[in-house]
Amino acid sequence: MNLSPEDVDEILKILDGSGYDELHLDTGRLALTLRREAGGWTSQQLLTNRERVADGPRPDNAGGSDAPREHAVAGDSRRAGAPPEGLLAVLAPLPGVFYRAPKPGAPPFVDVGGRVEADTVVGLIETMKLMNAIPAGSKGSVEEIATRNGDVAAKGDVLMWLRPDVS
Amino acid sequence: MRIRCLLIANRGEIAARLARTCRRLGIETVLAASEADLDSVPALLADRVVRLGPSAPQASYLSVAAVVAAATATGADAVHPGYGFLAESPALASACAQRGLVFVGPSAAHLRLLSDKVKARSEAAKAGLPVLPGGEVETLAGAESLSDEIGLPVLVKAAGGGGGRGMRLVREQGELAGALELASTEAREAFDDPRVYLERYVKRARHVEVQLLGDGADVVHAGDRDCSVQRRYQKLIEEAPAPDLPEELGDDMRGAAVRFARHLRYSSLGTVEFLVDPDRGEYYFLEVNPRIQVEHPVTEMVSGLDLVAEQLSLAEGNPLRLRQEEIELCGHAVECRVNAEDPARGFEPAPGVVGRAVFPAGEGIRVETALQAGTAVHPWYDSLVAKLVTAGADRSEAIRRLRGALDRCRIEGIATTLGLCRSLVASDELSAGAVDTGWLARFVAAGSGQLDGRPCGAGEAIRG
Repeated sequence: MNLSPEDVDEILKILDGSGYDELHLDTGRLALTLRREAGGWTSQQLLTNRERVADGPRPDNAGGSDAPREHAVAGDSRRAGAPPEGLLAVLAPLPGVFYRAPKPGAPPFVDVGGRVEADTVVGLIETMKLMNAIPAGSKGSVEEIATRNGDVAAKGDVLMWLRPDVS
Repeated sequence: MRIRCLLIANRGEIAARLARTCRRLGIETVLAASEADLDSVPALLADRVVRLGPSAPQASYLSVAAVVAAATATGADAVHPGYGFLAESPALASACAQRGLVFVGPSAAHLRLLSDKVKARSEAAKAGLPVLPGGEVETLAGAESLSDEIGLPVLVKAAGGGGGRGMRLVREQGELAGALELASTEAREAFDDPRVYLERYVKRARHVEVQLLGDGADVVHAGDRDCSVQRRYQKLIEEAPAPDLPEELGDDMRGAAVRFARHLRYSSLGTVEFLVDPDRGEYYFLEVNPRIQVEHPVTEMVSGLDLVAEQLSLAEGNPLRLRQEEIELCGHAVECRVNAEDPARGFEPAPGVVGRAVFPAGEGIRVETALQAGTAVHPWYDSLVAKLVTAGADRSEAIRRLRGALDRCRIEGIATTLGLCRSLVASDELSAGAVDTGWLARFVAAGSGQLDGRPCGAGEAIRG
């Protein structure tokens, strides 16, 4: 059963005239909570799945910052668990699609062995239709590219490893 | 042709909204969902779900081939593109026509014409609509003499599209060459079309638009909307009707919009956007949006119409069901968009998983969203997560209701623009009347807003 917004309005009209401050409705498919607050009513709805199968792992599910999913396999070089000695990680500041070049077909910003300054742009992360430039963060050379062009990075994933200059 | 089964080729709040109208009309819905959206709220609201493709929109929501294949495979007889993605794609409209599918939108020929802002501009001028002084420029010399004629400052705009991309403001003659180069490069990258044109720049402009319905012969309007509260050409608050518009100017502008759509023999739902110069008391044609718009609920709240139902009827080839005098506009409605962005961090996108989602309810309140507890807000797509719309007998009642509605809205787990919306709607400037398109940027720069986008924790007091 689905309740339309008009249905909810009808229920609220009935509740308004009653002495009740809260209503819980659970049909198995829909859980609805209506609550009277100081300024008026609030609604919380939870639709759940009846028969649709929870299909297997979704390989390209990016998840949220606190939900690093399928690609966050233990031992994956993209996780910042145990950094290789002497190397610094360039981390994804937010989840999104990682691009190594300013546009398709263009040469990459940097390659393995390339020299970078702290403010050198080493890649882009596209999140919600916005392109975010990723700076190297320290001076040195690129040791390894850990996330491939076009792959999804979770927040905190290692995009590349840098060998910082010894100062 | 009667639509029996509609493929919804979109996601998020608009997909949920389309499914609701179809349910009321007895039209079966198939949601074409990307991998990431297979168990979204719209997927639960639709009668059936078909896998459109991977999460990346290029291979799913932006793929004409994938959408047409999904419609054919599921036996749908019509395709609704929503807004964004393929909503204005002539390729999708003609691919549908070739396969005998109803495309819920205007013809491919109209989409092609209107996507070219230079052509649309000259067509509007032909129909007698006022356009800003300007025109297409091909060379620097041509641009220099045109800008001399118009007078600085001027805007360099892309012929191929909008959204602020390929747009540059030129204040001095010396900046013109660089601006042309940049705008043209940006336009080529964004729209695959390097053509640019110049228009006189209006400093204190308002953005007002007219909602139209056309059946290819006749056209009616459902009033206007003001969408001046924008940041980087993204609207944040919209209202209907446009406030403080001189009566004669408003009448003229709505009449001009209808005249243009008649001139085009336009068939479907559409919006004509105008720039209003309050200082000169003039309005100018900007462009046509040939689709359902994000802000359409404010028009529905004041007209009582279901614009999607009218759009579906027009797509079926029916004549308009309403005469102009039957469209009665009553009261005032305001909408604010809630985006998964953190205003405190330069409006950085904030994907994540929603914890609790509490929305306001009650008289004069409408919430359009596809969020509920546990919903993942993906990095792949637009950051719009909810629209809060309120109506009242007049503007101040609608705004007062929106304030209350915002105070009762809680979205936990992700950063949102809710706090900024609260500050904007509580501000004296907005309550006092119309603002211009630069107001929001000034408001944010002045730090007037509660910019902290972090969700409030359980039990934390909500700003009153």
